[in-house]
Amino acid sequence: MIENKNRKSAWIAFVIVLLFLALVIVLDQIIKPTDKMYMLLTVLQKGSVYALAAVSMNLLNGYTGLFSLGHAGFMLIGAYTYAIFTIPSTARDTVYQYYDAAIRISFPEIFSGALGGFGTVLGVALAVILAGLMAALLAYLIGLPVLRLKSDYLAIATLGFAEIIRAVFQWSKLGPVTNGSNLLKSFARTSTFKLNLGGSTVSLSTFVPVLIATISITVIVLIVNSTYGRAFKAIRDDEVAAEAMGINLAKHKMISFVTSSFFAGVAGATMAMVLSIAQANNFKSAMTYEILLMVVLGGIGSISGSVIGAMLFISASEWWLRGLDSGSFLGINAPGVFRNGFRLVVFSVAIMIVVLFFRKGIMGEKELPDLFRKRKKAPVKEAAE
Amino acid sequence: MLKIHDLHVSYGGIKALRGIDLEVPDGKIVTLIGANGAGKSTTLRTITGLVKAESGSIQYDGVELLGQPIYKILELGIAMVPEGRRVFANLTVLENLKIGAYLRKDKAEIEQDLRWVYSLFPRLEERAWQVAGTLSGGEQQMLAVGRALMSRPKLMMMDEPSLGLAPLVVKGIFEIIKEINRQGVTVLLIEQNANMALKTADIGYVLETGQITLTGSGKELLNNEAVKKAYLGE
Repeated sequence: MIENKNRKSAWIAFVIVLLFLALVIVLDQIIKPTDKMYMLLTVLQKGSVYALAAVSMNLLNGYTGLFSLGHAGFMLIGAYTYAIFTIPSTARDTVYQYYDAAIRISFPEIFSGALGGFGTVLGVALAVILAGLMAALLAYLIGLPVLRLKSDYLAIATLGFAEIIRAVFQWSKLGPVTNGSNLLKSFARTSTFKLNLGGSTVSLSTFVPVLIATISITVIVLIVNSTYGRAFKAIRDDEVAAEAMGINLAKHKMISFVTSSFFAGVAGATMAMVLSIAQANNFKSAMTYEILLMVVLGGIGSISGSVIGAMLFISASEWWLRGLDSGSFLGINAPGVFRNGFRLVVFSVAIMIVVLFFRKGIMGEKELPDLFRKRKKAPVKEAAE
Repeated sequence: MLKIHDLHVSYGGIKALRGIDLEVPDGKIVTLIGANGAGKSTTLRTITGLVKAESGSIQYDGVELLGQPIYKILELGIAMVPEGRRVFANLTVLENLKIGAYLRKDKAEIEQDLRWVYSLFPRLEERAWQVAGTLSGGEQQMLAVGRALMSRPKLMMMDEPSLGLAPLVVKGIFEIIKEINRQGVTVLLIEQNANMALKTADIGYVLETGQITLTGSGKELLNNEAVKKAYLGE
């Protein structure tokens, strides 16, 4: 009976996700860049990037109990890998204006030569996966020494590694690969993603990042609900007891760390795609803190919470509170008060209020479907003791 | 089934076990009693591989356990109910039980064992969806025992199952231990509650400052003057 129920709710979730994706495609066509509502698309694009980043951080910090602060570093690797392998050959020399580009492979070009339009899609998809794999590989290497550390020490070590990665990528000796401290551009980006259907073009600029985030988050949900996920949660709750159950601590911590970093890399690639530039300087530790804030706001240990936290954070900072910086907010015109920086003041106060009233984040440890599920009344029985 | 010979364990410079010999025959309940710091928990933790031994041997059905990784030892059919229960507080009762079967792959038989655990502890089935941290102490102990049984052990080792529980609940726990033993599981029990433990056990060992000072059947030890004086408060 329980099995059937689970299957039914899985189907419902699947249909809802499909409807949501369809809605995103429709919105993508209706809303023009000149519309006021265009901000909604921007929020959806950036929001899905941060939602994926937050969920992947939650897998590590919330489910496995490993407090790591290296996320920005892994996203940086993802963004750079993606950018380097999708710059078209005609643009490469302009991008690497001060260096002689060492890597001259462009996945979308290679595959579109043989397969046409489908090849371009395949090339982009491969570049995104490679971005994840590179981040995962580095996570493995870093994880070997660092995962022996616990709590605060692990956080400091991973934070340090992320900063080192950022510095290395800006190093001029690596210029032929990373373009030094200059930015990478002209690679495959979402604003150019279109589908030609019998003469009319369908814009996919919002659909693609949302789709990547949806697929990745679905995979993470499946991992969390598998035996691995259960072992992660066991390690978080009690390492000694988990070990006594036969769970290999080192192995599972590594799996969690590598998986989380893989999806951080994918998020980084998607971010490059959305922003259409990749620059190491953007991936400061402040980015990690922002993502951590989303996880905490949403609820540590809740995946839907992380998504909600990311979407709210991005909506507030990019859209709803914009007016506070530019003179008029909620119809009030007060250029004297509402000027640069005031947005951040209000934003910080808003976050403090949320944290005060939702001690465990907006969702706590619950998931979205839990809210709709009717509470089964347990037979009332007084404990014998 | 389990034979420990001349086992030495030390924490840094402090000797916790100074050469103990102990035997757990197949199908029996064996208890190890002793005061705080006598080395009871150390013995258990060394058997499961959580603590490294200095010298000696631990043979399980002829297989040497010392130096093996923990999961290998557990795969041989040894399960442990740790001291202070240590259930996974944020996981549901069902999830806790499933973690107990972590090293097993046979889905149908796991389901069957879940039925078995529920039949031993009907209370756990009622609370299957409840988070383990919200259970009462006695229920958590039941869960810890059930979780260990989910690995379908041949030998179950329990570290102070009566710790911090009301006398009535302790009685229930010991009834269950006997029941589990009747169904073919060998039990190695560590207890401070010497009275209950010796009444339940077939064989008892008394451990003092890292050495075994007395051995005998449960009844013999119950009537032993020295044991009475030191552990039974008479």
